[in-house]
Amino acid sequence: MSKQSIALNRFGYGMRHSETAPSVLVRDPRRFLLNQLERYDPSPRLIADNIGKSGQGAQLIEMLRRGRQTRRSARRSAAMTMDDGAIAGTASERDQLASANLDTNAPEYVEARKRARRAYRSAVADRINVAVMSDTPFAERLVHFWSNHFSVSVENLGSQYEVAQHEFAAIRPHVLGKFPDLLKAAVLHPAMLIYLDQYRSIGPNSPFHYSRKRRGKRNETLRQRGLNENLAREILELHTLGVDGGYSQADVTEFARALTGWTLEGLARFPGYSESHGQGTAFIDVTHEIGPRHILGRKYSPGGAEQALAILDDLAAHPSTARFIATKFARHFAGDAPPEPLVKRLEQDFVRTGGDLASLTETLIAAPEAWRPGPAKYRQPHEWMISALRIAGVERLRDYRLFMSLNEIGQLPWRAPSPAGYDDFEASWAGPDALFRRVELAERIAHNSPSERVVERAQQAFPSALSDHTRLWLERAESGTQALALLLVSPEMMRR
Amino acid sequence: MIVNHDTRIDRRRLLAGSALFGAGTLAAPRMTFARAPGEKNLLFVLLRGAADGLALLAPVGDPALPGLRRAAMAEYESAQRADGFFAIHPALSEVGKAFTAGDALFVHATATAYRERSHFDGQNLLETGAQVPYGVKDGWLNRLVAMTPTKAGGMPPKALAIAPTIPLALQGKAPASSYAPSALPDASDDLIERVSRLYADDTQLSGLWNQALETRAMASDDTLRNLRDAKAAGELTASLMRGEARARIAMIELDGWDTHANQRGRFPRQARQLDTLLGAYRIAMGDAWKSTMVLVATEFGRTARFNGTNGTDHGTAGVALVLGGAIRGGKVIADWPGLGENQLHEGRDLRPTIALESVLAGAAAEHLGVDPQDAMRRLFPGRETAALSGFVRT
Repeated sequence: MSKQSIALNRFGYGMRHSETAPSVLVRDPRRFLLNQLERYDPSPRLIADNIGKSGQGAQLIEMLRRGRQTRRSARRSAAMTMDDGAIAGTASERDQLASANLDTNAPEYVEARKRARRAYRSAVADRINVAVMSDTPFAERLVHFWSNHFSVSVENLGSQYEVAQHEFAAIRPHVLGKFPDLLKAAVLHPAMLIYLDQYRSIGPNSPFHYSRKRRGKRNETLRQRGLNENLAREILELHTLGVDGGYSQADVTEFARALTGWTLEGLARFPGYSESHGQGTAFIDVTHEIGPRHILGRKYSPGGAEQALAILDDLAAHPSTARFIATKFARHFAGDAPPEPLVKRLEQDFVRTGGDLASLTETLIAAPEAWRPGPAKYRQPHEWMISALRIAGVERLRDYRLFMSLNEIGQLPWRAPSPAGYDDFEASWAGPDALFRRVELAERIAHNSPSERVVERAQQAFPSALSDHTRLWLERAESGTQALALLLVSPEMMRR
Repeated sequence: MIVNHDTRIDRRRLLAGSALFGAGTLAAPRMTFARAPGEKNLLFVLLRGAADGLALLAPVGDPALPGLRRAAMAEYESAQRADGFFAIHPALSEVGKAFTAGDALFVHATATAYRERSHFDGQNLLETGAQVPYGVKDGWLNRLVAMTPTKAGGMPPKALAIAPTIPLALQGKAPASSYAPSALPDASDDLIERVSRLYADDTQLSGLWNQALETRAMASDDTLRNLRDAKAAGELTASLMRGEARARIAMIELDGWDTHANQRGRFPRQARQLDTLLGAYRIAMGDAWKSTMVLVATEFGRTARFNGTNGTDHGTAGVALVLGGAIRGGKVIADWPGLGENQLHEGRDLRPTIALESVLAGAAAEHLGVDPQDAMRRLFPGRETAALSGFVRT
């Protein structure tokens, strides 16, 4: 691959249909990328206009709680016993209604579910369309990288409204900012608090629990209203230190205690005690576990909301975090097994700058290992889709079509199978059926796209990097449409 | 058959008729792994969402059952009895027939090492074979592919997921393919032909592409758009596991088992779907059924007691099913823990008494001719329990 083709495809999402190579790309591919960082738009109109208000997730959760309460009191008055059951954190939305003992077919819930799904679909479409139309596609790739690092999911009812907010308000503003800020914004956002069950984690020795015990409510629902370690564990394992980063189960539990109190704004439980932290996040002092915490050999004095924030800052500055982030970042651009010198350089940069992500990105751009000529990565379905739509010249695909297409090729945003996000290894994506589906979709995209000058466009999109073999088969196509379909699934499009 | 709900039974109720428990009492492996390799098929059916084992195979002989699930008892009044103690859910008629024919067996009160109640982690553990969620990156079924013996000079066994992407259980170093009918319009033959030529120079892409074409050519029905029709899905799976180029190790998933409410409406639908799939698969396999084993498992069981909306919440032990033309079926393997208040796990769930890992490793190893202890070590590392035996007719 030429340097120009690497800048366009490995770093960015490829060239757009109507684009011609700017002179800076020809002259200085590194500068071409740096320019994109300078022009990066953290709040694109398309998303800003559609994003809606925050807090809708909490509203939905409140609706469930109210419904549950109504039914519970009705049942109590009928003097029946019931098994409240643990309300699963990661069941499907329908099951969450069911596990809350609510009638899943009640019109208000059916309607609420439908609305939530629509909100999610349109958020997916907006995300893709912004990347398809962007003239800073490298920066959009960074957004998607960090968003995946702090992966949230629509698995939980209520989160359909929050996932796009998460990317817009917690990820986008920080992708060229400081990692500690990104970390705090991302893990304390409602989408994450819902996804990893943090919003209902309550300190076993919090003032709230004491008061309940005094009122003799010990047996009733306390067993499910305690500490939840989910978020604490994932922050350590997935967001900062990494699984071998040197923390213990005791650190997880201590951190979980420190995180108690961080929850959603707008939950009706403790209105008088809720202290807003913006973006729909609140800290509720009475559910916070009182006392000092000991984590990774450091002591944190009692301090309400500040306690968890101080721990997060320290985690961001931990050497294991620098190593973990550097490895992941390098992997995304320089191959599944990234060269050690590159990882080392990124790690040192991260340590030296205190996690300055603009500096980290510039170090990546400067690194020779990121510019090695052979393709470094197999494109994942999501990035293939964006690149295909860009080069095909599709302007604004309908929400539903876009959504279904991504679903069929196997990678919907905000639907990663685990909090680890979609993984970044070829083995997960280079599958036979997955490849066949791309061919099916490519033909469909080609039928709905401008089909002139395909060979010329291919040469521009992969400057000095289009193989003679591919060019030959594009030229031999029986129509422009067929040539475009072939281009979309060419080896040049499958890897970067 | 008359079932006396008041029958007093031993807590240790060994229905298998063979010593199964603990390394000390384990029957010596009968060197079944020495027989001619390379001819067997294995299908793993993963029930996602935690299928209710106490409904699939109801312990109607347990005196505590009516107290826990009064609303469900009527369903089993005329249901097929697996024996004097267990009744097969009426929706499982095909499974019942296979059971009568000696082609199916149940394992009850079984669970993986997982003792929490998240679907997510439970499935991760069941698929990776790890002892803690996310402890292992590849799947046990993939590791099994690598262990499966082949005829001298033969190709390694083909592994296939009947799914759009390869599920975790089948991910790993051993090559695996995937196929599922898609809702995308079929690519034109001309384009397919040209893509073959476009990829001719590219080892990786031509490899993937040829595998995809091969799998598609094997698929019996290309009018399917998804896998929702259970009969079609069963027949499709069989069509991919017959003949020369067939997949020998395959996996299919059925979701929707998370029956928190109105279980009597939803559970039979789920069970019927599973039953239809297994029945259609068994028939469509034809003669190859003799050399086929089907393992059916779920991430964990459900609460013993019905909740306030006649559903069940996430529990612990449940049921696994083994089917096949050469299995020693017609029995229930269980060390019944009882459903009494003080017998339940944490006062709410069926207590696990058989490690599901030992069932999966033991059954697969016996069937495929792999050393069972080796299978246990590599598929489910770190377990103290040994692989179970006695699944296959000798």
